[in-house]
Amino acid sequence: MTGFPINENTKLIVQGITGHQGQFHTKQMLAFGTKVVGGVTPGKAGEKVEGVPVFNSCFDAVRETGANASVIYVPAKFTKDAVLEAVDAGIKDIVIITEHVPFHDAMDFVWYARMKGARVLGPNCPGMCNPITKTKIGILPNKIFSPGNVGIASRSGTLTYEIVNALTERGVGQSGVLGLGGDPVNGTNFIDALKIFNADPKTEAIILVGEIGGSAEEEAAAYVKAHVKKPVFAYIAGRAAPEGKRMGHAGAIVSRGMGTAASKMAAFKDAGAEVANFPTDIADAVVKRLRK
Amino acid sequence: MKLYEYQGREVFEKIGVPSPKGVVVSSLEELEKVKDKLSYPLVIKAQVLVGGRGKAGGIQFADNWEEAKAKTKQVLGMNIKGLTVEKVFLVEKLDFAKEYYCSVLLDRSTRTPLILFSTEGGVEIEAVPDEHIRRVHVHPFTGFQPYHSRALFGGLNLPKEIQSQVESIIAKLVDGFHKMDAELLEINPMAVTPQGKVLAADAKVILDEDAAFRHPEFEEPKEEKTPLEQEANEKGIAFIQLEGDIGIIANGAGLTMATLDAIKFYGGEPGIFLDLGGTDNPEKVRECVLLMKKANPKVMMLNLFGGITKSDTVAKGLKMVLDSEKIDFPIVTRIKGVNEEEARAILKEAGLYTSNTLQEAAELTVKVRNAVADKKPLPKVGGA
Repeated sequence: MTGFPINENTKLIVQGITGHQGQFHTKQMLAFGTKVVGGVTPGKAGEKVEGVPVFNSCFDAVRETGANASVIYVPAKFTKDAVLEAVDAGIKDIVIITEHVPFHDAMDFVWYARMKGARVLGPNCPGMCNPITKTKIGILPNKIFSPGNVGIASRSGTLTYEIVNALTERGVGQSGVLGLGGDPVNGTNFIDALKIFNADPKTEAIILVGEIGGSAEEEAAAYVKAHVKKPVFAYIAGRAAPEGKRMGHAGAIVSRGMGTAASKMAAFKDAGAEVANFPTDIADAVVKRLRK
Repeated sequence: MKLYEYQGREVFEKIGVPSPKGVVVSSLEELEKVKDKLSYPLVIKAQVLVGGRGKAGGIQFADNWEEAKAKTKQVLGMNIKGLTVEKVFLVEKLDFAKEYYCSVLLDRSTRTPLILFSTEGGVEIEAVPDEHIRRVHVHPFTGFQPYHSRALFGGLNLPKEIQSQVESIIAKLVDGFHKMDAELLEINPMAVTPQGKVLAADAKVILDEDAAFRHPEFEEPKEEKTPLEQEANEKGIAFIQLEGDIGIIANGAGLTMATLDAIKFYGGEPGIFLDLGGTDNPEKVRECVLLMKKANPKVMMLNLFGGITKSDTVAKGLKMVLDSEKIDFPIVTRIKGVNEEEARAILKEAGLYTSNTLQEAAELTVKVRNAVADKKPLPKVGGA
C-alpha cells in the first residue's frame, strides 16, 4: 500500500462517543469532512450523537456500518479492553487519544494489533489528518491544515499544530500529519511514519518532531540515512531538560545519560536532515527548500 | 515511581525473589520492638533515593545490639545530599563469593522487556564494558523460556547449581515485571554466598505511575516530588520545578519544552515547567497562575497555541486572575492560533508584554528577568 493510512474510504467509529470529549470531537471531525459512521458506548445502543448512531459494541458497529477505523476516548483503565475489542471486531486503524495508559497495557495491545494486522496510533496522541481528502481522526484543530506535499510525524501535539499552522500561513500544504504520541510504548513510531511518507507519491518533504527520551529519533535518523531520498527536516524539544525529570510526557525523560536532545540532533544532522533551533524555523526551512 | 530499597524488597518478596532478611524502622522505639528479629552481623542502610549514600556515611555495620542501636541513631535524621533520612533498613550482612548484575526493563524500540545480565556486578552497570553484558529480549506474550536462558548463560560456564538459581530469579523478575507494572527491576549486586546461595543483595524498583491504581499498597516516596510538584500533581497539572527563576506556562508538553529551550537559548534559566494541557477553562488557568505565584519566579512567560483551546478564553482567564490576585512578577505572553488577535488585545489592555513569535518573547523574557534581578527599570510594555 502506498499513501497515507486514512483517506476518503475511511469509515470511522468513535469508542466513548457519549462522553464529553467523544461528543465534542465527533462534531469537529464531521465538520472537517471525516466519515464518522458510528459510535460505541456499552449500554447506550439506539442513542445518537451528532446524528451518528451509537452501538453497544465494536462488533455491532462494524457489522452495521462497515467501519474500518476507530478512535478511542475511553478512560485509561478501560483503554486496553477497548483496543482489543476493536482489533477483534476487524478494525484496521486504531487511534488512541487517552493519556496515562499503563505502558504494560500498551505493550499488550500494540503487539496484539500487529499480529492481527491492525495499525495502532498512540496512546496519548492527538491523532492524524489527511488534508488532501479532508479526513481527520482525533483532536487536532480543524483550522490549521491545508492540502499539499509535506508529511509530518511528531511526538508532540501542540508543536505539530504550531508547525502545521506555520506551513499553512506560508502557503505550504500538507500531504499527511501523524501525531505519534508522548508515551514510551507507541503503536506507530518514526520509522513506521518514514515508511509511510517515503512510499507516498504525494509527499515531497518530511518533517519529524521529536523530543528527549528513548532512541526512536536516533533509529529514525539511521533509517533516513539508509532509505530516504526525500528532504527531511527535524526539530527536537527538550534541550533544556535536566536528567531524570519526566517533562510532561511519560516518554520524555533523559535517564542514565541516554535520550538527550543533543544525541538526537546530532544523529539527524549526520543523516543529512536539516535540524531547526525553533519550531517555526522548520517551516521557513521547508519553504526555502521547496521553492528552490 | 521510584521505590525505596525497603519497598523494593517488598516487591521482591511478592514475586518470590530470594533476599536477605531485613526490617525497616523510623525511630529507636521501633527498633526496640524488632530487637529479637535482628541477626548479626547486619548492615544499616539509610533509605534515600540518591546515589552515593555509602560515601556520605549512610551505610553502617553492626555486630551486636549495642552497635545496631548506636548506628541507627547516627544514620536516622542524617542529611544526605539535601535529603533527611527518615527511615533505615537493617538487613542481614551477606558474605559475597561472587557479585552478579541482573535487571529487567522496557526496551522502547522493540516494545518488549529486556533482560540484562552480567557476571560483573556490584559496580554501576554503565561502568561494565558492553561485551560483558548479556542482553535478551522476552516478548510479553511468551514469558521467560529455556532458550532465553541458553542465550543469557551460553559460554559463561557458571556452576550448574548457581545457574539454576539465577535462572529461577530471572524468570521471577520477568514475570514480576508484568505483574507489578514495573519500569525497572534491578538487582545489583546479585550475591553468590560462599555456601553457594544466590540472593538479591539490593533492590532497585521503579513502578509505572500510570498503573498505580493497580498497586495501591505502594505509596509514592515523597522525596520524588517537591511540595509544590505534589500539590500540582493532586490537581492534575504537569508542573516541574527546575534550577532557574523564570516561570513558563505553555499548552502541551512539547511546546512547553520548546519554550524552555528558547529561554535557555537566550541565556535564561527556566525555573518552572507548567503544562496547561488541552484546556481553556478559566478555573484551571487560575489554578496554574496561583501555583506559579507560589513558586515565586522573577518573571513568567506564557506561550500558547490556540487550537481546540481558544486563546482568547485563556487570555480572559489570565486577566481575571490578575484582577483578583496580587501577582507581582511581570508576565510576557506569546499567543498564536485560534482567536490570537482578540487574545493579544485583552492581554495588552491588562498591561502585559505581548510578542508575536517565540523567539521575540523568549528574548524579552530574559531581558525582563535580568532587569528584575539587577533592580533596573523594566523594558516598556507595548510590544509588537
